[in-house]
Amino acid sequence: MMRTTRRAFLRGAAASAALLPAPALAQAQPRVIVLGGGFAGATCARELQRAEHRAAVTLVEESPIYTACPFSNSVIAGLREIAAQQFGYDAIRAEGIAVSQDRARSVDPQRRLVSLSSGSALGYDRLVLAPGTDIRWGALPGYDEAAAEQMPHAWKAGDQTLLLRRQLEGMADGGTVVISAPANPFRCPPGPYERASLIAYYLKTKKPRSKLIVLDAKDSFSKQRLFQAAWHQLYPGLLEWVSLSNGGNVTEVDPATRTFVTDFATYKADVANVIPPQRAGHIAEAASVADQTGWCPIDPVSFESRLQPGIHVIGDAAIAGAMPKSAFAANAQAKVCAAAVAALLRDETPSPPKLINTCYSLVAPDYGISIAGVYHPVNGQLTDVEGAGGVSPADAPLDFRALEASYAEAWFRTITAETFG
Amino acid sequence: MSGSARLLEKWARAPRAVTLLLSLVLPVMAPAEPPAGASSCSGCHAVSARVETPIPRILGRQPTDIVAAMQAFRSGERPSTVMGRIAKGFSDDEIRVIAIWLAAQPAEAR
Repeated sequence: MMRTTRRAFLRGAAASAALLPAPALAQAQPRVIVLGGGFAGATCARELQRAEHRAAVTLVEESPIYTACPFSNSVIAGLREIAAQQFGYDAIRAEGIAVSQDRARSVDPQRRLVSLSSGSALGYDRLVLAPGTDIRWGALPGYDEAAAEQMPHAWKAGDQTLLLRRQLEGMADGGTVVISAPANPFRCPPGPYERASLIAYYLKTKKPRSKLIVLDAKDSFSKQRLFQAAWHQLYPGLLEWVSLSNGGNVTEVDPATRTFVTDFATYKADVANVIPPQRAGHIAEAASVADQTGWCPIDPVSFESRLQPGIHVIGDAAIAGAMPKSAFAANAQAKVCAAAVAALLRDETPSPPKLINTCYSLVAPDYGISIAGVYHPVNGQLTDVEGAGGVSPADAPLDFRALEASYAEAWFRTITAETFG
Repeated sequence: MSGSARLLEKWARAPRAVTLLLSLVLPVMAPAEPPAGASSCSGCHAVSARVETPIPRILGRQPTDIVAAMQAFRSGERPSTVMGRIAKGFSDDEIRVIAIWLAAQPAEAR
C-alpha cells in the first residue's frame, strides 16, 4: 500500500538522520500536534484524544481565550456582548490534552519538528494545522495594519469587533457607513451580508437618517436572493449593494479620510469597514503546505496535505472544494480528520467520509436564513452531493424566519459546547 | 477501513429485519469510528446535556426512529427548516448505518 511505502521510506530516512524522532508505530504513545485552537483545531484535538487513547495530543494556541467569529456581527450591531463569544481551554486540558499557550514559529516537515516562539521544539508523528486565515496586508493598496485602526476589518473577532461597534455608536445620525467585501475565497462567505443586515438594523432603530453602502468585488454572493429580498422588505432606501459590474470593486483605500476608491467613484465614509483579501494563517506557508493561491490543497479523505506527508490541514486554511470556510465546516472537517489520523496511527486506511455544512445568517434579530450542503470526495475533491443542500425557501412566512433565527442561536451554543465546553 | 466499519456496512446492506435484529446487539459491538456523515450531526444536535436547545438530541435513540425521521424529511412528508435539504444527501443504506451508530452512543456522553 502507498502509505506503508511512504512510511517505510520515512523510516529509512529516519534511520539515516540520527536526530529524527522514531516513527509513530514504533512508539507506545504516538505524538500528534494540533496548531490552532479555533473551531477546527480544538475540535480535532478533543476528537483525536477520544478516538486514540494512546496518542499524546498537544494543542498549541497563542491566546488563552478564543473569541468566536459566528455571531460577532451581532456584537458589532450592539445586540450581544463580546463575552458571549469568548471561550477558554480548561475543559480541553481536563481531558488530558496538553494545551500549550505558545505560537508556532516554523515547521520542519522532514524532521517532523515544530519550533515554538518560546524556544522549545516539539516532535510529532502527525501534525494537524488549523491556523485559520491571515489578512493579506497590502493586497488592497492603502490597507495595512495601521489602516485597520481607522478602517477596522473586524474579520477576526475581538478588539476589531469592538472598535467597529464603538465607531458605529459614535457616528452621528445621518452618517454614511461603507463596507467593502472581497473576491472569493474568504472566511465566511455570507458574513459580509449578515454584517450589512445587522448594521442596517442598528441604523434603522438608532440612526434612521443614516445610509449603508456595500462595495463588492463580486457580482453574486451566498444566499443572495434571500438577503436582497429581506433588505427590500426590512431596510428599503437604507442599504445599497454595489456589485462588481456596477463599479463595486475597491482598488484603494485612504485611512486618513476613510475613503474607498473604485474604478468609477470615491466613497467617503463616516464609518468604514474593510473586509480585506485573506489567505491561510502564516504557519501554513512556513510549513510549505500552502500553494500559490495562499491556501492549502488537501486529500479529501484524510485532510492530509497534498504538499507535505504527515501534515493535515483543516478549517478555513484548507482548500476544501465545495465546502465553504465556515465554523460548521471547520468542526465537521476536524472530526473527519481526527478519525483519519487515528486510523493512520493504527496503520489502517481512512474510510471515505461524508460531511455536512449548515450556516445560519441573521438578517434581523428574529429573522434567520440558512444554507446547507452535503459533501463527499469525488475525483480527489470535496464535492456537493447532487440533489442535497440549498438555501431556505424564498417564500417562507415570518415564523419560519424566526424559527431559523432561534436555531442559529441554538447551533452556536451546541457547537461551542462541543468545541470548548 | 477497520473490520468493524466493514461489518457495519454489510449490515447496512442487509434486509431491514436483519438490521433491526442486529441493532439490538449493537450497543456492545458498535465501533468507535463513526460511519460516513455521522460525525457532522453533532454540529447541531447537542451531545452535552448542558446545552439548552430546541433541536432534538439524537444519540441513544431507536435506529428505527432515526431512519423513519430521515426518510420523512427526505421525502418532504415531514416539514423541516434544514433537515430536508440535508437528508436528501443520504441513501437508505447510509441512513441505516448512521442510525445504528447513533443508537449505540451513550445518550449523555459528555
